[in-house]
Amino acid sequence: MIEVRFHGRGGQGSVIASGILAEAAFREGKSIQSFPYFGVERRGAPVTAFTRIDDKYIRIRHYIYKPDCIVVLEPSLVEATNIVDGLKKEGLILINSDWDPDAFSFKKNFKIATVNASDIATRLGLGSKTAPIVNTAILGAFAKFTNIVTLDSVLAAIKERVPMKREENIAAAKEAYEKVKF
Amino acid sequence: MKKSNSKKKKLTGQGAKTIEFKNHNDMPLCAVSLTDTLYNKTGSWRSIRPVVQKDKCISCLLCWKFCPEPCISMVDGKPVIDYDYCKGCAICIEVCPKGAIVSEDEKK
Amino acid sequence: MKIVITGNHTVSYGAKLSRAEVIAAYPITPQTEVVEKLSSMVADGQLKAKFIKVESEHSAMAACIGASAVGARSFTATSSQGLALMHEMLHWAANARLPVVMANVNRAMGPPWNVWSDQTDSLAQRDTGWLQFYCENNQEVLDTIIQAYKVCERVKLPGMVMLEAFILSHTSEPVEIPPQELVDRYLPAYNPEYKLDIKTPHTFGGLTGPGLYYELRYKIQSAMDEALDVIEDQDREFKKLFGRGYGLIEEYRTKGADRLLIVSGSISSTAKEAIDILRERGEKIGLIRIRVFRPFPKKHIKNAVKNVKRIGVIDRNISFGSEGIFYQEVKSALCNEKDSPAVYGYIAGLGGRDVIIDDFIKIADDIKETKSKQDIRWIGLKG
Repeated sequence: MIEVRFHGRGGQGSVIASGILAEAAFREGKSIQSFPYFGVERRGAPVTAFTRIDDKYIRIRHYIYKPDCIVVLEPSLVEATNIVDGLKKEGLILINSDWDPDAFSFKKNFKIATVNASDIATRLGLGSKTAPIVNTAILGAFAKFTNIVTLDSVLAAIKERVPMKREENIAAAKEAYEKVKF
Repeated sequence: MKKSNSKKKKLTGQGAKTIEFKNHNDMPLCAVSLTDTLYNKTGSWRSIRPVVQKDKCISCLLCWKFCPEPCISMVDGKPVIDYDYCKGCAICIEVCPKGAIVSEDEKK
Repeated sequence: MKIVITGNHTVSYGAKLSRAEVIAAYPITPQTEVVEKLSSMVADGQLKAKFIKVESEHSAMAACIGASAVGARSFTATSSQGLALMHEMLHWAANARLPVVMANVNRAMGPPWNVWSDQTDSLAQRDTGWLQFYCENNQEVLDTIIQAYKVCERVKLPGMVMLEAFILSHTSEPVEIPPQELVDRYLPAYNPEYKLDIKTPHTFGGLTGPGLYYELRYKIQSAMDEALDVIEDQDREFKKLFGRGYGLIEEYRTKGADRLLIVSGSISSTAKEAIDILRERGEKIGLIRIRVFRPFPKKHIKNAVKNVKRIGVIDRNISFGSEGIFYQEVKSALCNEKDSPAVYGYIAGLGGRDVIIDDFIKIADDIKETKSKQDIRWIGLKG
C-alpha cells in the first residue's frame, strides 16, 4: 500500500488534489481511499489531506501516520510545520518551490523533488497571483517524480474532477511534469 | 379496518364508538379510526345551538374564520352553520361584532 | 458503474435510487453534502421528488411523517444534535407505523462542540422503535438505504442508516452505483394499506385508551421480531440481484476462535486488519461486526459465540452511569445462557479519537489476561 499526505493552505486545493490522485489511481484499476484531515477548514489555515493506493481492497480507516510520500503545496509550510513527520525512510517529498531539491536540509534522509507550481498556475490564470491554485500542477509533477500514477491518468482524473478551466489545469499538469526537478 | 359508507349507513349520532377486540390479531396495526371521519357526526355533542340572524349580519367573516371545526360556510355572503359537525362551542357567538349569532338551547 | 464518491454523496445516491418522493432535511455538519446533493438532484430533474426546506430537524421529521402518512416514500438525513431535536417525532414515526428511512451521520453530542465520529447520538434513540443499521463502508451505506426501504415498508416501521462522521461521510472511495432498473426490480413502489386519503377520511393516532394502546405496543415489538427474518430474507434477495450481502451480523475469522472482538461501524474495517495480524501470530481470535442493532440479533450472537471463552466488546459510544451500549446488549443477549463466555467492555474513539490497529491488538491481549469482569476500560485515556 502507498500512503500519501498532502500539506497546503485552505484555498489551494489540497483536498481536491488528494481526490484527483485517488481518481487517477482508480482509473488504473487500483483500490483507493482519499480523505481530508477531519475538521473545519478555513482559507489560509494549514490543511492536510490523505490518499491511500493499493492493489487490494483497503480496510484501514484511520489517519495516515507513516506516509510513503509527502506533497507540499505551500512552501511556507516547510518551515511552519514538521512536514516530514512519520515519513518512511527513503520516503518521497515533492515541494512547490523555486529552490533546487538540494537546498533542503532534510535532503539526506529522503528523496526530494521541487517544481515551481505557483509560477505555472499563475501564468495559466489558475487562482490569483497572491493565491494561486496549484493542485493540478503539483499532480503533474507527482506523476513524473513518483511513478505511482501515469500522467495520462492524472489528466483524465483532472477532466473528471475539475469543474472549471479544464484546459488550463491540464496544461498546468503537463508543464509541471516537464519541469519537475529531482 | 372496516370500510364504512357514510351515505348508506344510518347515522346514529353517537360519534366514535369504543370498540372492544378479543384478540390483538383483529386490530389494525396503528391507531386508525374504524369508521371514516365523515361518519363521525360530532353535532350530537351540542348543548347549545348557535343561530344566525341574517338581517344583523354584516358579512365580516369573523365567525367563518374563527370556527375551530370549519363548519361555517358563506352562502350568498351570509354564514351557514353545518349542524352535523358544529359542537356548540359558541366561539362564533363570542366573536360576532354585531351580536348576529345567538345561542339557543339544543332541543334533545 | 463504479465511481469514486464520499459517504455523504453515497447517501444521496441511495435515496435517489430508492426513488424517494418527498425529502425534507435540514443541513448540519458533517451531513450537509447529503442535502446539497439531493437538492441539486431534485432541482435538475434527476430525481422526481418534492424537496421541502424546513427550519429545523423536528420539522424535517414531521414533514417526512406527513408525507409517509399519505403514502409517499420519504427521506431525510441528519446528525448528532439534529437527531436529538427530532426525538419526539422519531417516536411518532415508529408508533404511527410509518416506514420513513433516514441516514444519520454519527457525530458526537455537545458540549463541547465536536463534529467528529461517535455513535452516542443514534444509540440514544434506540428505544424509539426505529430499525438501526450501522455501516462499515460507503458501498454498504448505499446498499443499506435501498434494503432499508424494502424491509421497513414490509414491517411498517421506520429505519435509520448510520455512517460515521468523516471516516465515511467525507472519505472518497469506489462505490458501485447499480442501474435504476435493477433497484426498481428489487424495490417496488410504496403502497400502504392505511393512508391519509380525502376520499375516505380517517383519524390517525387519535386518543387510544389503556384498553387498546397496550396491544398496539405489542404489535410493534412483534414487527421488530419479524424484521429479523425480513432483513435476512431481503438481504439474500439483494445478494441475488446485486452480488452483495451483509446479514444481521458479520463473522470474520471466527472459525476455531476462542476469543472474539465485537465491534460495529467503520472501526470494524480497521479491526479486521488487526485480526489478520493476530491470526498470523497463531492466536485463535475472530471478530463479529454487529450491523443491525435494532432489532438486536440476539439469536445470531448466541450462535456465533458458542465455543468462545472470552469476548471484548468495543464501543464508540457510552451510556453514562452504565457502560458501552453494544456491551450492554451483548451481555443481556448471553446472560441466560449456560457456560456463556466472559464479556469485557471497552470504550474507544469517542468524539473522533482515532482508533488504530494497535488499539485492537491491545484489547485482544487484554481480554486474554484480564480477570476482572466488571469494569469498562478506556482505550488510550490520558493519564
